Amino acid sequence: MPTVAKGDGMRGLAVFISDIRNCKSKEAEQKRINKELANIRSKFKGDKTLDGYNKKKYVCKLLFIFLLGHDIDFGHMEAVNLLSSNKYTEKQIGYLFISVLVNTDSALIRLIIQAIKNDLEARHPVHICLALQCIANIGSKEMAEALTKEIPKLIVSGETIDAVKQSACLCLLRLFRTSPETVPPGEWTQRVGHLLNDQHLGVVTSATSLIHTLAQKTPEDFKPCVQLAISRLSRIVTSSYTDLQDYTYYFVPAPWLSVKLLRLLQVYPPPEDPALRGRLNECLETILNKAQEPPKSKKVQHSNAKNAVLFEAINLIIHHDTEPSLLVRACNQLGQFLQHRETNLRYLALESMCLLASSEFSHEAVKKHMDTVITALKTERDVSVRQRAVDLLYGMCDKSNAEEIVAEMLSYLETADYSIREEMVLKVAILAEKYPVDYTWYVDTILNLIRIAGDYVSDEVWYRVIQIVINRDDVQGYAAKVVFEALQAPACHENMVKVGGYILGEFGNLIAGDQRSSPMVQFQLLHSKYHLCSAPTRGLLLSTYIKFINLFPEIKGQLQDVLRNNNNLQNADAELQQRAIEYLQLSTVASQDVLATVLEEMPPFPERESSILAKLKKKKPNVSDIEVVKEGKKSSNPPTLNNSAANTPEATPASAPVPVMAAAPAPAPVQSASDDLLGLSAGPAAAAPVTNNFAAPAAPAGGGGLLVDVFDTPPAQNNVSTALAPQAEENFFKFAIKNNGVLFENELLQIGVKAEYKGNLGRLGLFYGNKTSYPFQFFTPTVSCPGELASAMNVQTKPLDVNTVEGGAQVQQIINVECIADFVDAPILSIKFSYSGSMQQINLMLPVMLNKFFEPVEMDATSFFNRWKQLSRRPGQEEQKIFKASFPINSDTSRTKLLGFGFGLLDGVDPNPDNFVGAGIIKAQSSQVGCLLRLEPNMQAQMYRLTLRTSSKSVTTRLADLLLKLF
Amino acid sequence: MSPKFTRKGNNGQNYPVCYGEHVLGGGVIRLWCRHQNLCTPRWIVGNYYISIDVRGSTQQVVKMMKFMLLFSRQGKVRLQQWYSATQEKEKKKIMRELITIILARKPKMCSFLEWKEYKIVYKRYASLYFCCAIEKGDNELLTLEIIHRYVELLDKYFGSVCELDIIFNFEKAYFILDELMLGGEIQETSKKNCLKAIAAQDLLQEEADATRNVLEEMGLP
Repeated sequence: MPTVAKGDGMRGLAVFISDIRNCKSKEAEQKRINKELANIRSKFKGDKTLDGYNKKKYVCKLLFIFLLGHDIDFGHMEAVNLLSSNKYTEKQIGYLFISVLVNTDSALIRLIIQAIKNDLEARHPVHICLALQCIANIGSKEMAEALTKEIPKLIVSGETIDAVKQSACLCLLRLFRTSPETVPPGEWTQRVGHLLNDQHLGVVTSATSLIHTLAQKTPEDFKPCVQLAISRLSRIVTSSYTDLQDYTYYFVPAPWLSVKLLRLLQVYPPPEDPALRGRLNECLETILNKAQEPPKSKKVQHSNAKNAVLFEAINLIIHHDTEPSLLVRACNQLGQFLQHRETNLRYLALESMCLLASSEFSHEAVKKHMDTVITALKTERDVSVRQRAVDLLYGMCDKSNAEEIVAEMLSYLETADYSIREEMVLKVAILAEKYPVDYTWYVDTILNLIRIAGDYVSDEVWYRVIQIVINRDDVQGYAAKVVFEALQAPACHENMVKVGGYILGEFGNLIAGDQRSSPMVQFQLLHSKYHLCSAPTRGLLLSTYIKFINLFPEIKGQLQDVLRNNNNLQNADAELQQRAIEYLQLSTVASQDVLATVLEEMPPFPERESSILAKLKKKKPNVSDIEVVKEGKKSSNPPTLNNSAANTPEATPASAPVPVMAAAPAPAPVQSASDDLLGLSAGPAAAAPVTNNFAAPAAPAGGGGLLVDVFDTPPAQNNVSTALAPQAEENFFKFAIKNNGVLFENELLQIGVKAEYKGNLGRLGLFYGNKTSYPFQFFTPTVSCPGELASAMNVQTKPLDVNTVEGGAQVQQIINVECIADFVDAPILSIKFSYSGSMQQINLMLPVMLNKFFEPVEMDATSFFNRWKQLSRRPGQEEQKIFKASFPINSDTSRTKLLGFGFGLLDGVDPNPDNFVGAGIIKAQSSQVGCLLRLEPNMQAQMYRLTLRTSSKSVTTRLADLLLKLF
Repeated sequence: MSPKFTRKGNNGQNYPVCYGEHVLGGGVIRLWCRHQNLCTPRWIVGNYYISIDVRGSTQQVVKMMKFMLLFSRQGKVRLQQWYSATQEKEKKKIMRELITIILARKPKMCSFLEWKEYKIVYKRYASLYFCCAIEKGDNELLTLEIIHRYVELLDKYFGSVCELDIIFNFEKAYFILDELMLGGEIQETSKKNCLKAIAAQDLLQEEADATRNVLEEMGLP
């Protein structure tokens, strides 16, 4: 080898690299690099006569610096200059720099393309090769458009040397991948196919890669290649390793080409011509036979290359999926590899067998290896191999072996790597459901799953077992029995408590006959877990208790004691408190009949409904909780007493305020009872019944933003109120004429608003500032649209990135609103957080009012009066108010207020200069409403006369209401 | 199966993500949780959707090498060749993550691992790790042998190559790789032909150097 060229090529570069390597610290290295960069920069800038060699040297240094991980922002132009050098080495460095460092969207791309074009037409083949290599490595869409025409000529021309043909094939392949439309099929396509017969195996290899990709797009064009490929493959596999000379790799003839040919054949179905098919099968058999021969070398390279071909052959066999004998042979071969000492082979065997398991011909053959795979699962040291074993067990599972495989997976789960537990849990759950031996087995399996890996059992899994138990009455008694037993374990997972609580609440009566599981025992068992559980689970257990009151009237007293316990009745968690109060009331007030109706057994879960909810949730992920509540409301009245009045659809805005205290329980229809009381909705969509209940009281149907105290007399001195915060209303109306400001402030929290509106769209930035020095935890603001507002406005809330607001910190939240139709109420912003252990809740009206979607209009006196007259014909279009001024009358402030409100003020229209005349348009998505205004102040009486005319009665009323508050 | 689990979103909802997929010779079976309705066709099993992308679809996937990395035991990158357009920031992130993962693996572990949408094939030679990213379904064993052939070429060219050779002659290491691989595909598998091409390049360089030396002797820069 010409060793002289090494390092001596550019002495300055070698010195620089040594310097860098001698640097003792990161800082020293950075210093040396900065020095060099300054040097290069000055060289590039100053010295106009920089020769090619020096340019090359500096470009190379820049490249080195870049590869060390530093950013390079100059030198690109010099590199591009090197491309047009006629010295090969300079050109080569130029191309290297371009390939490594230049973005394909660089401004220099035109120059680069021109240089490449020149080189493609060069006399010297090495220059052509450089250009082709560059395209092949970084080819972009622009390059494809400019250069694709030239390449096919090079491939099919008889004059091109082999090395250029090879590069040209891969170059065209790159361009085709980048933008297929620039590579039009033509006469050359056929001739490319014939390259499979080329003398030079390097050319055949490159051509096969190209043909493979082209054939995927237009298989018909390359169909003749099938025959060529088979005969080439046949020649290779039957050749002796000496025949192919340097293309034999460790005694394996042309492994790369073989693999590429086998892959090309996977584009097509098995050949129809029997002779051809026979020949291909012979090839495949030969490859399988060779695997059985003793190795010709002990080197791992030999076995790797041989097996690489074998695995690709097996892929083809699986792809064809028509030759049972080959499939079974492949399976047996892989079976041998399962116990091979090479980890790599065991890994690949497990992986390929997974594919074989899906073929009807080899599925049974794969199943024979179950024991080996189970051993692999237990003994492999590499987690990625164990993962493959899990996959294969999953793949080979069917009715006949499900029980065993699930049992093995369950037992492995106890010691499984944390990284794969969640996936394993899912797989076990799916297998258990797909191939149930019987449903008792299914219930056992899932409960075991929760017992062993409770943390990894997602909600979907335990929802599912409950759905299945509810829908199949033959398994209910058994399920009650086993959950009861499972709960007796001293430490059981919270998910187990959830399932247990739910199932006993529904079917506890089925095992109550046994003294060992009498109602009292069941209750005490569940209640022993109560205090260890999180709030949602406690909520679920409270629901279980009310169901127990219905099922077992004999222990009603004890259950009521629990509900009455101060821990529940005054719980900081509003949900628990509410449930305790309501259930207690329900159990005291309702007769046994009513109770039985309300708490009737769950109806079977309908599959369809949950998917609708899921869809709904998917569509509007941010407002879905509200939608879900609405969904519930439409079908029924929620039985929760406090909410019932506020939530009834008939409760129009006008009927507020409604003092509702836990009066007579509204006997709710059965359906609703199941919706809310059971703490479990039909599907994963309504995963959190807790939020359902929360959303409801947070959205009182109060009219005109009036303060509605839902708890007229609070049942206990709780710090969680569902009513609007004090000053909420006053602050709210301030925002009628401004967009930015403080919406709320108390000793803990300040909420600032910045808003902008355009047309029917608005964007609000809310800034939550923690005024204390302690963090707010579980900080969750939610926005809901009460009542009719939901259909008049779209609100999208971006969830906060964090749920903790540190002391003194501020977090921002963006809310987008879209006005669909005119509206009266404001969306409710409900903020919950925990401050030094106690839950806080603040309900506010989001300062979004109708006039925010107002656009001022300019018009002259004539058109104003024309419209003014037009708008007086129908009743309701005009609203006139005469009222006493709340603020001192001042012409300038009035003007500012009206402009801030959104009106365009029309001067000189009204003969009296003290009066104001304005016009504007309300832009809602569904309609646009024109509005005209006249405001006449009377200084002496400190009174105003306000006249509004619009085309819509509701708009007139609302705007008049808002304006009244301003003057 | 490649695990891609759902995680709870910020607002506590479960966001739908593919739970896992199973690549077959001619298709992909994917498992989705019930929220997902992007995939067709699908079957419902409990709370899961199963979708099957029909035969042929995986074959449309290009099976090429995505990138090759050489890095030292200290985690220093010595060579990187990217065969598909990638943002510089993304490259750095990928390299950082991969190097950490591979350096943490024990010697006897298998040379393949699934990582993101790639299959990583790596092997250690003395102080250097050679690492390639290929598509799932591509031939892992043969990728190992591409690495080996490259090492052989370097070894033959530099005469028992060591890490220093690659540091000081990094541009050569690139040129040799370009003879072996092009655009993520193998170009020339014959060792003899590759070395012949490199030798021809060096010959051209020597000619250039000779002219320069003459000029330098004459006192010109």
